[in-house]
Amino acid sequence: MLSRVREILSSLMLAELFKGLWLTRRYLFARKITVMYPEEKTPRSPRMRGLHALRRYPNGEERCIACKLCEAVCPALAITIESEQRADGTRRTTRYDIDLYKCIFCGFCEESCPVDSIVETHLIEYHGEVRGDLIYTKPMLLAIGDRFEAQIAADRTEDARFR
Amino acid sequence: MNEIVNWVQDQVDSYGGPTWGPPAWSFTTALVSIALVLVPLLLTVLYYQLVERWVIGWIQVRKGPNRVGWKGVLQPIADAIKLLMKEQIVPAGANKALFFLAPIISVAPALAAWAIVPFAPGWVIANVDAALLVMLAMTSLGIYGVIIAGWASNSKYAFIGAMRAAAQMVSYELAMGFAIVCALMAGQSMNLTEIVARQDGNLGFLEWFWLPLLPMFVVHFIAGLAETNRAPFDVAEGESEIVAGFHVEYSGMTFAVFFLAEYANMILVSTISALLFWGGWLSPFNFSFIRDAGPAISWLAAPSILWLLAKIAFFMFAFLWVRATFPRFRYDQIMRLGWKVFIPLTLVWIVVIGVLMMEPIASTFPFSIWFGRP
Repeated sequence: MLSRVREILSSLMLAELFKGLWLTRRYLFARKITVMYPEEKTPRSPRMRGLHALRRYPNGEERCIACKLCEAVCPALAITIESEQRADGTRRTTRYDIDLYKCIFCGFCEESCPVDSIVETHLIEYHGEVRGDLIYTKPMLLAIGDRFEAQIAADRTEDARFR
Repeated sequence: MNEIVNWVQDQVDSYGGPTWGPPAWSFTTALVSIALVLVPLLLTVLYYQLVERWVIGWIQVRKGPNRVGWKGVLQPIADAIKLLMKEQIVPAGANKALFFLAPIISVAPALAAWAIVPFAPGWVIANVDAALLVMLAMTSLGIYGVIIAGWASNSKYAFIGAMRAAAQMVSYELAMGFAIVCALMAGQSMNLTEIVARQDGNLGFLEWFWLPLLPMFVVHFIAGLAETNRAPFDVAEGESEIVAGFHVEYSGMTFAVFFLAEYANMILVSTISALLFWGGWLSPFNFSFIRDAGPAISWLAAPSILWLLAKIAFFMFAFLWVRATFPRFRYDQIMRLGWKVFIPLTLVWIVVIGVLMMEPIASTFPFSIWFGRP
């Protein structure tokens, strides 16, 4: 009975509501944790899965041997590969398309690649302006690989300890 | 200043002659005083929504808008330009006339109610004796805008939102009305200037009506939240259930007009709270010993429009504070709170105030502060 009276009184006094208001008042003056995005960026893991790239060996030869494991493992069917034998007898791709409209950035292609050719970079700031802009072809992917090779190589070395 | 006013009056009189001069002059003064109230009001609305985004951001440990202009101060201008340029979309099957009438119906009373608000003794557009009745009538009219908007949109979400808003505003209108009845009993007048004048005395903020009417002050504020469909009573536009409620189909300027009405109403409720319960333009330090303490301190006790503005600003901040703190009420809880808590509470308190104002009690000590005056 007495506890019931106390309950009614405290709800009439809005005790818990004022407790809540007091809590939010504290946060009003708390240090803000907003990251001012284009100027500031949060740290990224070496395993970050951003835009794809195709790598080359240090001598300039492309790594991809057209084994099509990535095409097979891709759960979104975003990768299309066509291949033929080159004049020097090696097997190379003639076409390597990644449809970024379909891609879910799961990283399976990267995992499945036996020669570390297809990788995902830290780049997430890209866009397409007309329809079809986000279907990346082999030269585009190789260019991205050339652009970020230092970063990609550094990430692989750092991650190698855990493999 | 006076010379300019006199010169304009002379001009109006000489061109209008004895028949048309005086009405033309009173029309001019009315127009100017309306502009003097509405222009600051609209600017406040413009910046209130920026401050709202800031305060809610800060409470959520974010920074809030800070990109447009210095620290984001031009954000409302950018928003206004965006809204002006946006396409006006009329949904298929909407009643076009009512669709465009609704925002007007909702904004007109929200602005018209400001006619009765005094900002300092004599600083009022219409010093009517039934000011509180006018205020109640005007704020109730706003519901029609909401209902018509919901119906004319030909959208089920808008309609559900309008139904909710109407039920909620009607329910809380009662509690708010009773709370105001308590204030006008204590103030012995429906004229806001006189109600404020009755809160004047030698005890500063202890003389204000918030103390004897404490539960009514709280009820008035909470009912004000519900009346303006603000969080935590914003089921009328609960975005997680019915997208945006009654104004879901509105875009561009018509949406901006609803927005304007909502914020003008919030500022109005804050102002009425400050006038009825916090002594309007009276100073909180209006104690007799401060008044007599010499010119260095006594200015603190002087009534000023700045006190009123500070009080309004506090209530406006409280609106945002509450919004950032509490989750939305469930619909049945809103109805329970309105009908089963607030209305009985206000009815009981009317009786309590009536008893306290009866003679032997009214002149005994603590109650004589508020009720002991002739």
